[in-house]
Amino acid sequence: MSGINGSAAHLSDTFFTTAISIYAVGMVGFVAEYAFGRRGRIAATVPATEKVLVSAGGPAVEVRAGVGAPPGREAAGGPRNPARVRPSGAERVGRFALWITMLGVLFHGASIAVRAAAVDAVPWSNMYEFASVAGIVAVIAFVAVLWRLPSIRHLGGFILLPVILVMFFAGTVFYSDAQPLVPALKSYWLAIHVSLIAVSEGAFMTSAVFTMAFLAKQRFDRREASGEKQGRFAVYAAKLPAASTLDKAAYRIIAFSFPLYTVAVICGAIWAEAAWGRYWGWDPKETWAFIVWVIYACYLHARATAGWKGRAAAWINLAAFGSIIFNFVIVNVVISGLHSYAGLN
Amino acid sequence: MSSVRTVLRPARRLWRTLTSMRTALVLLFLLAIAAVPGSILPQRPLNSSKTDEYITSHGTWGRFLDKLGMYDVFGSVWFSAIYLLLFVSLVGCLIPRIRLHVRAVLRKPLPAPRNLSRLPESASYEVAGAPAVVAASARRALGRRWRVAVRGTEISAEKGYSRETGNIIFHVALLCALVLIGVGRLFNYEGQRIVVEGDGFCNAVIQYDSWRPGRLAAQGDVSPAPFCVQTLDRFSATYTADGRATDFTADITYKDNVDAPPKKGRITVNHPLRLEGDRLYLLGHGYAPTVTVTMPDGSVRTKTMPVLPTEATTLLSEGAFSFDGPQGAKQDVGLSVLFAPTPVAAADGRVSSISPQANNPALAVRVFVGDANNTGLPRSVYSLDTSKFGEPVGQKNLQVGESFTVGTGAKKVTVRFDGWKNWVSFQVSHDPAQSWLLVAAVAMVIGLLGSLAVRRRRVWIRLSPGLGAPPAGGGPSLTVVSVGGLARSDSGNFTAEFESLVERLKTEGNVLERDQRLRRTPV
Repeated sequence: MSGINGSAAHLSDTFFTTAISIYAVGMVGFVAEYAFGRRGRIAATVPATEKVLVSAGGPAVEVRAGVGAPPGREAAGGPRNPARVRPSGAERVGRFALWITMLGVLFHGASIAVRAAAVDAVPWSNMYEFASVAGIVAVIAFVAVLWRLPSIRHLGGFILLPVILVMFFAGTVFYSDAQPLVPALKSYWLAIHVSLIAVSEGAFMTSAVFTMAFLAKQRFDRREASGEKQGRFAVYAAKLPAASTLDKAAYRIIAFSFPLYTVAVICGAIWAEAAWGRYWGWDPKETWAFIVWVIYACYLHARATAGWKGRAAAWINLAAFGSIIFNFVIVNVVISGLHSYAGLN
Repeated sequence: MSSVRTVLRPARRLWRTLTSMRTALVLLFLLAIAAVPGSILPQRPLNSSKTDEYITSHGTWGRFLDKLGMYDVFGSVWFSAIYLLLFVSLVGCLIPRIRLHVRAVLRKPLPAPRNLSRLPESASYEVAGAPAVVAASARRALGRRWRVAVRGTEISAEKGYSRETGNIIFHVALLCALVLIGVGRLFNYEGQRIVVEGDGFCNAVIQYDSWRPGRLAAQGDVSPAPFCVQTLDRFSATYTADGRATDFTADITYKDNVDAPPKKGRITVNHPLRLEGDRLYLLGHGYAPTVTVTMPDGSVRTKTMPVLPTEATTLLSEGAFSFDGPQGAKQDVGLSVLFAPTPVAAADGRVSSISPQANNPALAVRVFVGDANNTGLPRSVYSLDTSKFGEPVGQKNLQVGESFTVGTGAKKVTVRFDGWKNWVSFQVSHDPAQSWLLVAAVAMVIGLLGSLAVRRRRVWIRLSPGLGAPPAGGGPSLTVVSVGGLARSDSGNFTAEFESLVERLKTEGNVLERDQRLRRTPV
């Protein structure tokens, strides 16, 4: 059947490594903008004014200033105008980082495309390839969000860091040579099921990043309000957008990716029915897909339950993402099952 | 009377607790946690030999876990208890919600609260025009997407009912899916059968090597469809140069029932043969060597027996042949064989394989002569019971066409390796509920999209006469328009939507301006 084009596979690996290096440069740029940028500093002053409004205006105003305020507008109206006059150094670094990141996406995309050409199949049939695709989805999702919401550019480092980590592990520990597909993977469901999983899990990762930022910001706000001593990294938490904005962003991403994940699992069941003779068999990977789904369902319910909103829901979100990591790493590497496509042995 | 009440009150309290969101949350968590051991510990329904191995190697701890049902988590009492409680909780939560939602859909939007400025979104402005005129224009400004109730100079509008509709559809579909899974479990069956090229089988319980029926199927309440696989015509596997499989194909001749005309069919890994109610899968494959034996009494017998792979990557396989001699003569012949598709000599003189493709295969044969210990009890045909045979009388590695003779006199046996065929293992699955389950799953997704993408929001508009004097020259009077808005879900950006709605109300409601605009446009 189909052979493997060795030199193309090698070229793909080179592109992959190049993409990681470029992302690393972009991340340094974003972090520099975050640490020294005016935008960060202005974002830091926003919650302070909010708090004044809360104490002065009562509940109606609190909702307007906090939950009601659209995430983009406060920053778009405020900091952009002074920035337009003359971009600060940090601002220029941030813009440069964004261009660098897009260059990285080009190399990353080329790596995936060349790999696909080399194996003559969709390029997500083992752990390395899957991680690479999930990584590019996360970066593209972030760049796409920037299109609508340019004010969060300085948060780019928080997205690129996990992507670089995932890609690093994919390229080293989980790496496998380009191989033709095993018979069980020769199905159009490979294109549907796995790509849906990659997109939804990439989005879940972005949501987890926002939730971690939310927890940091909320802790900062709480300590600020009670006059408690701030931790050593408080200066970074201060530069995050408002806690309610982060929480809302995390929720909206899950409201998008949870139905997608549901469809992906259903497609997996349809494929399993055709390939293994049953739609559900509690194979370890299926079991963990179920666990992940149930925990995200918990998150959605927690957000609608008094006493579980905010911090508790945020921790549930992180637990769900932790289960995704477990399902990807431990179930693939340690536990054997029918979904043994890691390509590690 | 009072005794009834003392019984009812705790029962009602229990019901209320069970159907609360908090309980549902806890139960969901428990469900997720309870599923974890099912992925970490070996599970009996998936791999019973691995489970037994685990229990013996873990001693008391292993047996303790067995008592807890940890090796069949998804069939255990506690797992069932959690999901049944969740089921009941969901039903108890859904019934009042459906009732409320139906009422909300049938009813007009609620009257405005007294103080609109207390709402999360509010605005107030003054326009020229009598309240009745402004009300009519406000009604127009809302458009057709809002459900509107006009009560005098008060307008209530509501939008996004399909959020709750979607929510209810999702949960009802989820309940249906659970019921359908349960129904499928009762009526399903799964049979497996190894078939050598040229052979066949019919869909009857006794013809299967293994048979796993659902509860009602086991009691004979489900009659298997009477299809027959007449012959496995050909099995073919394709490989890459380095011996990785790329495709498996089984061509069969089958009949839908005993009297039906035979048809040709092809089964590949992702494409089962779908018959009415039953699916026929190609699960595995292997080799079946053919051996001709000249027995001690001079009779010649030929047999083809499937051998089972011991190594999945090279299909090095083990098996057994058993030929019974005259009764009581202790002249039974047993062969314990090792089949190597692409043979290489291993260090200890045994034969090994480096590829799953048959390429001048070799058959390592150990010959036993004596008492085959035929007790009449069922036993595996893939291994030899050598308990009464004693030591083998000889052994040799044979190529196709080669033969060898061992023993003398009453133990003289000649064995020839004639060739080989392919075998495949078929699985027949039956689940009458699964297409309905797919329908329920699609309904779940549709409901989920509605409940997460649609936003429920309410807007109220109150018109009251302005306090200021009407404009000089007897122009139209002034009206104060108060608008309040409430988004009942936390997705989306209601503030922006509310502001644009107020803008629309202002331009549409400003009668004077609009009249001027209308007068201007035709020119």
